[in-house]
Amino acid sequence: MSVSQTHRTIDTIWRMESPKLIAGLTRMVRDVGLAEDLAQDALVIALDRWPSSGIPDKPGAWLMTTAKRRALDLLRRNKLRDQKYVEIAREIDLYTEDDIDRALDGEIEDDLLRLIFMTCHPVLSQDARVALTLRLLCGLTTDEIARSFLIAESTVAQRIVRAKRTLNMEKVPFEVPAGKELGERLSTVLEVIYLMFNEGYSATSGQSWTRPLLCQEALRLGRVLAAIAPGEPEAHGLVALMEIQSSRLKTRINAQGEPILLMDQNRALWDQLLIRRGLAALERAQRLGRTLGPYALQASITACHAVARTPSDTDWIRIAALYEALLRQTPSPIVELNRAVAIGMAFGPAYGLQLVEELNKEPSLQGYHLLPSVRGDLLEKLGRLEEASAEFERAAAMTRNVQEQALLFRRAAECKQEGERT
Amino acid sequence: MRYLLMMRATGFTEAGMNPGGTYKEAVKAYRQSLAKAGVLLAAEELRPSSAGIRVVYLSGGDAPEVRPGPFPIEQGLIAGITLIDVDTEEEALNWALRMPIPSGQGSCGIELRRLEDRAVHPRDPRQTAMEAELKDYLQL
Amino acid sequence: MRFMMIVKATTDSEAGVLPSQELIDAMQKYNEELVKAGVMLAADGLHSSANAVRISYPEPGGKPKLVDGPFTEAKEMIAGYTLIEVKSREEALEWALRMPDPHGFGQGEIELRQVFEFEELLGDPESRAKEEELRRQAQESKKA
Repeated sequence: MSVSQTHRTIDTIWRMESPKLIAGLTRMVRDVGLAEDLAQDALVIALDRWPSSGIPDKPGAWLMTTAKRRALDLLRRNKLRDQKYVEIAREIDLYTEDDIDRALDGEIEDDLLRLIFMTCHPVLSQDARVALTLRLLCGLTTDEIARSFLIAESTVAQRIVRAKRTLNMEKVPFEVPAGKELGERLSTVLEVIYLMFNEGYSATSGQSWTRPLLCQEALRLGRVLAAIAPGEPEAHGLVALMEIQSSRLKTRINAQGEPILLMDQNRALWDQLLIRRGLAALERAQRLGRTLGPYALQASITACHAVARTPSDTDWIRIAALYEALLRQTPSPIVELNRAVAIGMAFGPAYGLQLVEELNKEPSLQGYHLLPSVRGDLLEKLGRLEEASAEFERAAAMTRNVQEQALLFRRAAECKQEGERT
Repeated sequence: MRYLLMMRATGFTEAGMNPGGTYKEAVKAYRQSLAKAGVLLAAEELRPSSAGIRVVYLSGGDAPEVRPGPFPIEQGLIAGITLIDVDTEEEALNWALRMPIPSGQGSCGIELRRLEDRAVHPRDPRQTAMEAELKDYLQL
Repeated sequence: MRFMMIVKATTDSEAGVLPSQELIDAMQKYNEELVKAGVMLAADGLHSSANAVRISYPEPGGKPKLVDGPFTEAKEMIAGYTLIEVKSREEALEWALRMPDPHGFGQGEIELRQVFEFEELLGDPESRAKEEELRRQAQESKKA
């Protein structure tokens, strides 16, 4: 292999191994920034040695050993100078060479889990959590992160620098939260991962190749999480949701880059492998025996669409029931409206309309343009075209989104035309 | 909190005079410490206003007047900007006080202005996804 | 990017000889590594060609010809596959190199093949080229 080929291989290996390296090193040095630096040091040494010595049989273990040895050196040298290191070094003195070489898989997984909880810590802003997680756990470069979110690379770099400082200053512990805290903290982690996925899935910004990259990285990280925390049903729920949504990645955009509606997509082209994986993940969530959480419920809803061979095969009754469950867990106007739509599809638009009339009285939903949009849709289905047209126009007036306005006006006009014809 | 630190233009900056190596080194070091502290968002030098253009809308008139520089220094002319993101006004002021200034070029100054906050609501990706689903259903 | 790691058949696999417990354990562990890295998509083993059927079309436009197994050339046959989703060809190669020797007695062979993506089959050459260019640029700027 030429030197440049070896370098590309080393780069690849490092990208694969760096999250585990950083996780293991953070446990030693208690500083995520320092851990990343030490991991980079190991990479530099590998780039220097491997072209001549050849790539070792277990490159991951080699990198971990090298990095940990450097960490030990650093700590022993600095313990006289820095109080922080004195405390850490005291524990490190108990480390032997055997400890370094011992590649206990369970340990590495625990460290990886701890790292995920750290990069997603609520003390960081949401933007910082996303950037830091993409950097340390997905190995994305600052350039790739910047391009994905259409922001300057310097902004991303600064966000990451400050995130590491905040973690240090707030003395965020390197641990998996326990007890009551675990549920909340896990939600934060899942939120970060799904945010990344959604950004890639639905983003209209960013360059065209960044979208699948974000989706894939989020899905991959989700799978890792579910594998190292198999007792958490919501982790499996999130994976199920992402696998099934991913199955439509290729069919949701036409050749001109415009989105295709779910009911219009060519279902024969939905990726059955990913759908199967999603359903399997959902089953793992269900087998854990607790009531389904919001991610598992959302996954179950999207699974209903995935298993319907044609739009008319959709089990809307089940979907309505799932939205009901979701409503009880995480009530929100959006869930209410989705449930109304599902009930309309399951039992007829009159029932859906009944629900919407009740929602119309809710003060929190005043001014929310999707409410009259749904009302208009149901009225149209009931043949009350003049009223439907008026509702769509009302909805258009409520939204500042120019694109949505145009589409709502179009639906209003179509109702009017249809009304004049009959 | 985001602050804009504006370096005022002087006769020297307008004349494009080289401020010297020591100053340039100091600026480089300053920017590095800003970056290391994680507060730096942007740092740029502006070219003298002779390379600039003003678009002026006079009261009552329709089309604007387009005038090339140079422009008078007294009219709030700036020579450079540094954009930082800090936690307190005191911090911003400290950074402004640390900004290097060229020696032997007469009086100069730095103005600090706070930027309007952009409302950053934490996004709930599940709500976003469900909203997208609803809009999809409504053909929006 | 999707890749398939194809494990080739051997005279043993064709004879229905089961792999050693050691190899089974090693393969299990390897598959777990793939799952834990989030790259595993699917993995399956195939029965020997004893009950296989080959359908060929020797005459263009003509009827198919059926031949029952077993077939003789073990080395050219597939005993199993593993499908992975990775970021690059280099990463796929790394994973393939980490797979345990599927035989252990000199006939072990793994073939790595990239899977066609949907766009490649249906996309127009211009947009494909554009995407490849962007990817290449991103890799170059990463190295710089």
